[in-house]
Formats: sequence, C-alpha cells, structure tokens
Amino acid sequence: MTDSSTNEPLLAIEDLSVHFDGDGGEIVAVDHVNLRVEKGRTVALVGESGSGKSVTALSVMQLLPYPRARHPNGSIRFRGEELLGAGPRVLRRIRGDQVGMIFQEPMTSLNPLHTVRKQISETLLLHKGLSESAARSRCLELLELVRIQDPVRRLDSYPHQLSGGQRQRVMIAMALANDPDLLIADEPTTALDVTTQAQILRLLQDLQREMGMAVLLITHDLTIVEKISDELYVMKDGRIVEQGATASVFEAPREAYTKQLLSAEPPVKPEHDFTGRDEVLKAEHVRVWFPIRMGVLKRTVDHVKAADDIGLVVRPGETVGIVGESGSGKTTLALAILRLEKSRGRIVFNGREIHGLDGEDLKPIRRQMQVVFQDPYGSLSPRLSIQQIVEEGLVAHGIGNESEREERVIAALEEVGLDPASRYRYPHEFSGGQRQRVAIARAMIMQPRLVILDEPTSALDRSVQVQIVDLLLRLQAEHDLAYIFISHDLKLVRAMSDHLIVLRGGIVVEQGPSERLFKQPEAPYTKALISAAFALEVSDETAVRQ
Amino acid sequence: MKAPDRHTFLGRPVTPLTRRRLQNFRANKRGWWSLWIFAALFVITLFAEFVANDKPILVYYDGGFYSPIFTMHPETTFGGEFPTEADYRDPYVADLINDRGWMLWPLIPYDHQTVAWDLPEPAPSPPDAEHWLGTDDQARDVTARLIYGFRISVLFGFTLTIISAAIGVSAGAVQGYFGGWLDLLFQRFIEVWSGLPILFILIILASIVEPNFWWLLGVLLLFSWMGFVGVVRAEFLRARNFEYVRAARALGVSDRVIIFKHVLPNAMVATLTFMPFTLAGSVTALTSLDFLGIGLPPGSASLGELLAQGKANLQAPWLGLTGFFVIGAMLSLLIFIGEAVRDAFDPRKSIQ
Repeated sequence: MTDSSTNEPLLAIEDLSVHFDGDGGEIVAVDHVNLRVEKGRTVALVGESGSGKSVTALSVMQLLPYPRARHPNGSIRFRGEELLGAGPRVLRRIRGDQVGMIFQEPMTSLNPLHTVRKQISETLLLHKGLSESAARSRCLELLELVRIQDPVRRLDSYPHQLSGGQRQRVMIAMALANDPDLLIADEPTTALDVTTQAQILRLLQDLQREMGMAVLLITHDLTIVEKISDELYVMKDGRIVEQGATASVFEAPREAYTKQLLSAEPPVKPEHDFTGRDEVLKAEHVRVWFPIRMGVLKRTVDHVKAADDIGLVVRPGETVGIVGESGSGKTTLALAILRLEKSRGRIVFNGREIHGLDGEDLKPIRRQMQVVFQDPYGSLSPRLSIQQIVEEGLVAHGIGNESEREERVIAALEEVGLDPASRYRYPHEFSGGQRQRVAIARAMIMQPRLVILDEPTSALDRSVQVQIVDLLLRLQAEHDLAYIFISHDLKLVRAMSDHLIVLRGGIVVEQGPSERLFKQPEAPYTKALISAAFALEVSDETAVRQ
Repeated sequence: MKAPDRHTFLGRPVTPLTRRRLQNFRANKRGWWSLWIFAALFVITLFAEFVANDKPILVYYDGGFYSPIFTMHPETTFGGEFPTEADYRDPYVADLINDRGWMLWPLIPYDHQTVAWDLPEPAPSPPDAEHWLGTDDQARDVTARLIYGFRISVLFGFTLTIISAAIGVSAGAVQGYFGGWLDLLFQRFIEVWSGLPILFILIILASIVEPNFWWLLGVLLLFSWMGFVGVVRAEFLRARNFEYVRAARALGVSDRVIIFKHVLPNAMVATLTFMPFTLAGSVTALTSLDFLGIGLPPGSASLGELLAQGKANLQAPWLGLTGFFVIGAMLSLLIFIGEAVRDAFDPRKSIQ
C-alpha cells in the first residue's frame, strides 16, 4: 500500500457511510467503506442488488437525494480535494468535466426531445465554453471515438432513432466529452444484448487505454469483472467484504461470500433422449405479422414479421430453449402459443388443435398451459395478497371451495420453497427472487402440462437465478413438465434446455439439441452469440450487424 | 388457521397500501380537519328538521306525547277549533298546549318556508337575537334557509358526483379495455356531445317543465359524466398491458374479473382523486342555476337563491354576505379534503 499523504490516489473513499431516512427509521445503505482508484486503473465494485454499490458511486458525484441521504462519517477525495459537503461550484467543476458517469439504462438516460449533438455539446458548452461550431466538430470526433456507424448522420438523430447499443455509445461519448480523469460506469451493459455488451465492453477497454482514464466499474456480472478490471472490491450489505487484484481474487477468494458469488454459475443440463414420447405441444408455421398501414384508407402496405414460420415440438419432461436478442420475436412467439396474440399457422396442444379457439373454448386449455413472466415486480398485482394471487387460477376455473383452495395454496407455496404463513402478505414485502417463486407457484397450482417461462430470471441476481433454475428443474423432474424457456442468457439456457431454437428477427436461425448447438454451432450468428456470452468476445462483427 | 395481525381500519382489515394512504391523508392536517368539519356540518344539516323547524320536536299535552315532525296532528287534538294541522307558532295554539303541558322546540323555531309575521320592521330585517342572520325579503329566517340550502346543495352534489362517476368510469373502462372501433366511435361521440351548450338546454327545459331536483340532476348528469372518461380510459389503456393482467388472462380469468379485480383499482386512484373536485363543481353548478333563476322551484331553500336575494337587496348586506361566506367555506372545505385525498393517493409522496 502506498502512503496516501505523499502519494494521493486519483479517488480515495475513506470510511464512507450513507444513511437514508426511510419509512421505518434509518437505513444504512453504505457502511464504513474504503476504496481507492489509482490513475489509469480499472477498479470493479461488485455486489448483488441492494449491496450499496450504486449508492457508493452516486455519493462520489454527490448525486444522492440529500437531505434524505446523510453521510454521518467518511471522506471522498478526488485528487486530494474533499467532495463530501463541497459547494455547488466545486461539484459542477468536477461533475461531467473531471469525472464522467455512464448510467445503466440507455433508454431513459438520454433526453428524448434533444438531438444527439445537443446532448453531447451541452457539457462542452458548459465546461469548455466552446463555440457552437467547435462543439459540433468535437461531437463528431467523440462519435467517431465511440465508433458509432455513420457519425455525421447520427449527430442530428433523436434518441428514439438509435438502438440500445448506439444509445449507450452516445452516453459514453457524453461522459468522455471533457476528457475526464475518472469514468464511473454504473452497470453500463446490463440492459444490452450479449453481442452488444461485448462490443461496448471492448470499446470501454480501448478508450481507457487510449485516454489513460481510470474507470470505476459497478457491476454484478463477474464475467465482465474478470475480463476488464485490474482491481476488485466485493460489496455485501453496504460493506466491502473482500478486495484485491482481480486475478488473485478469482484464483483464491478468501471470503465465503466471494466464493459463493464465483461459484454461482448454473450447471449444464445432462443430455436426455425424448424421442418417442407423445407431444405436449406441436406448433407449425406459426406466423405473427403486424400490418403496417398507410394512407387515408389504412391499406396494409407491408408487415412487421415479428415471428415468421416458426415450428416447435415439446414433449413431457423436455425443455425447449428459445434464445435471441431483444426484438427477435421470442416473447411474441410465446404470446402466440398462449393464444394472447393473434397468429397464423397450426398449434396443437395435447393432441387438440387450439388455433382458432377463443373465449370459453380456450378455458380448459388455459388450465394446462401456464406462463411465468419476466418482471417479478410487474407480474404480481400489488393490491392482492399472495393467497389471492396464487389461487386466482383456481377461482377462475371454479376449482375447490375456500378451504380446499387454501390447502392447495399452502402446498404450492411449500413446493416453491416459500413459507406458507407468508400467504397473507403482499408482493411489496418480498424480494425479487421470492416474487418470482410466487409467480411460479401461481403457475404450478394449476397442475399444468406445459409452462412457458418468458425470461423468468433476467431481473434477478446471479445467485438467485441459479436457485430459481434449480427450483424449475426440480419441479420439471417431479411433475414431468414440459417447458418452453425463453431467455437471452445463454448460460441459463444451457442449464435448462434440451433442445434449442435460436431466433433472430422473427426467423429461426438454427435449431437442434442443445449440447450440439453449444459445442458445434453452425450459423455464424449462433457462433457470435455463444462467444459473446461465454467469453465476452466480439467474434465476428459482420454476423452481428446487419 | 387465523391470519396474523393485519392492519385494520374501522374494524375492517386493510391492505398495507390502504394503510399508507390513510396515513398520508391524516398527515395533511388541513384536509383531515376539513373532513371532520364538513362531516359534522353535513350530519347536522341532514337532520335539519330537528334543528330548524316551525313544529316542536316533542309536545306533552294532557298526559300524552306527540311528535308533530313525524305525524300530523289537527288543532282539535289540543283543544282548538280547526280540524287542520295545528300551527304551533300561533300564540293561541301555543297557549292551549302550554296550559296543559309543554313543547320542546328545535334550536331555531323556523322552517325554511316559515314566514315570520311578527317582525318589528319590514322584511328583510337585520340580524337580531330572534333571527341570527336576519330574514330575507319574504320574512323567512335566513339561518333556517341556510341549513336546508346547505343540505340540498351537498345532497345534489353527492348524487350527481356518484352517478356521473359510475357512468363515466364504466364508459371509460369499456373504451380503454376493449379499444379499437368501440373506443374510436365513443370518443367521437363524446367530442360531439361535449359541444352541446348545457346552459341553453337548461333554459329551454325551464320553459317546458318546472325544473325540480331530479330534472336538474338528470340534465347535468347528461354532461358531467364525461369528465371521468378521459382519466379512466387512459388508466385502462395503460393497465391492460401490465404483466399481471397478461398473467391473469393466461390463467383463463374472464374479462369481467380482470376489469374489476386488476384494472379498476388502478383507475379508481385517478377517479377518487378527481371526485372531491367534481363534488365542488356540482355544488357550484346548482348554486349558479339557482342564482340565475332556472334552478330549483321557487320557494325551495337554496344558496344560489340567497345570493340572488342579496343582489336584489343591496340595502340588506347580511343576505349577500351570508351566502358568500357559506358557499366560500363549503367549497374551501371540499377543496381541502380533495387536496388531502390527492396526497393520499400520490405514489411519490412518502410519509414525512
């Protein structure tokens, strides 16, 4: 360790605590944290949601909701200058000039009403006092730096005209506009598709090398940490539990929590042969086309082909994984199978053609075909108790009387690993993982034959994801369930599925037994997906860009 | 097995969400007190017959009890001459009763239509010990008319608000949930309908029939329901794509149950926030119609008619001032309550 009085690091956080005034008293979000970022280094701050990593980063910029947030003790020094309690003038000089910040959500962190040029040049005009034309050429330079395609045209684009990856590049350009010495990246790639994620990470790495910046990277994804960071701080419940050089921590983690994080990788599902078993679901030539109507008469001029000519077969005990990036038609396909979206083609469930059925005729089918959605916060009604949520299907189908339903709810909650006494509580009292268990209980209580899992784990932390996958696999084995597992996370897909379908732009790119696809992918797009997901490598950019 | 301790309100279990809203409502002190004051005034005026009446609450005469408010007793019951209903304010009848018993009078011994024949000066007479707020130009007690007028205003407001909310919410729900052509046609209809001039329709109506409480209610209702459609429709359009609504549809839950159980509670937040303000608006609507003379039939107690008298009798300022202060206070109370309701339903507002 260097002596801080003689050799001050770029950023030194010492003994920092952050307290919030909550409904039920004070909440300690960050508890006596020490952290140092040296010039030109990449430091990763890792932890699960709620561990206080983002709060730590925001307190560097003094962007917390003061006075509800307080710092009872600690200091944050940037180049020896104290930032805690610094006046607005000092902070304005630091923010956006010497310290840049990238946020997680590229969809909401750009102002939808301003062009890219206006957003980037805002900080240039503010801090550098550049003229309009100088700012414009600097913008162009920055857009080239972040390798946006066709930067001249992008200058006058609005955020909605950009893809998620492009928006994140614009965010990075904004953060880099004034050559900051420190870049704080708060989950910069979490909201992006895997292939885009790999590109953005490589961009960040290159930029850091070229500009000699220090990067404070906040993430929950250990693959990213291993790939790009020099030093690592592991955070849990507001405390730093382990720190050190990334390579040595990965090699020999000291703390139990770090070991748990590192080992929280889903297993690979063993191969299984399902041929010969009857089919639960057989879909052929499923098409979902959304018409594009133009003109006064609303003539259909073209279609958006959200799902085009897709076929799949699921057998009891089998999981069919559907992977693809956002916009590939995964969810549309699921909704079509659930008969919640109009489609064409043939869908046979339990030997019965269900395409074209609606209303009351569908009701018996609905009993045996269940769904678990992605967002555990959005898929449970906040106004109903867990009992009411889980028994809803039983009530809708008129199954059992009140006490029988209660018994079945208790059994279902026990089955998914929740305390049955919690059935009187409300969704907001549960964590994300617990809510997802409730959603699974709601599906399982109907004793379905087929469950469609639409990104059931993507809103959860890795260790919780693994638990949910374990639960789903156990339920599948116990009840001989057929699953359709939709995900963009290839590691989870590998843990869950027997058969794999790769979708892109509504079209099946490749399909086959899951292990074969992972070991010998044929389509270039599949190869690119797999290398991005498992090694965070940009393998073949032409396969990804269209 | 019994549920563990949940929060309760008025003996009924409430969800934590409702509890937080109640706390937020209470946290707005001004609204909380306004609610109590308004509730007290409303309950008192609801029993206006026992507060201001030209008949006694209870009569004891010759060993028997009589309650003239509920039953009609002819003068002959008390030893008088006429077989018509006894006029208890008549000194002759009063003497007859007081000779052989007693009478328990309400606080204000005047009905809203009682004409005080014994005024020391020509009506309208200024406030004195007998008539606390004076009398109007037909020698009727202003306090008594206020009490009855307040009651009819508030009842009219409540009825109009509740019925228009019921119609508006249903219409908005249907449009928002089903969308498509139904929504399109309904929206165009509302645009045309809201363009009709209400005041002229009322004036025309007043020349055909004599408008009474129900006529006015009906005509105002034809237009007031549209205020709710916009917010409710928007909420339904938003909520029908929520994942828990989708999950319910995947479970096979019927549209009707989804609307009532999952979507409507979202829309009710906007509706309930809107309601106190609509209530204030309805009260004002009736008052202004009465002021213009195309409201309730002549003779009925109403705040608008009091204002009109104030305008016609500038030499008797107690008429106008009383009307002004009562209407002002009533609307302020309603707005304060409305603000507290708005706070209670505001998801961004945490308890301070």
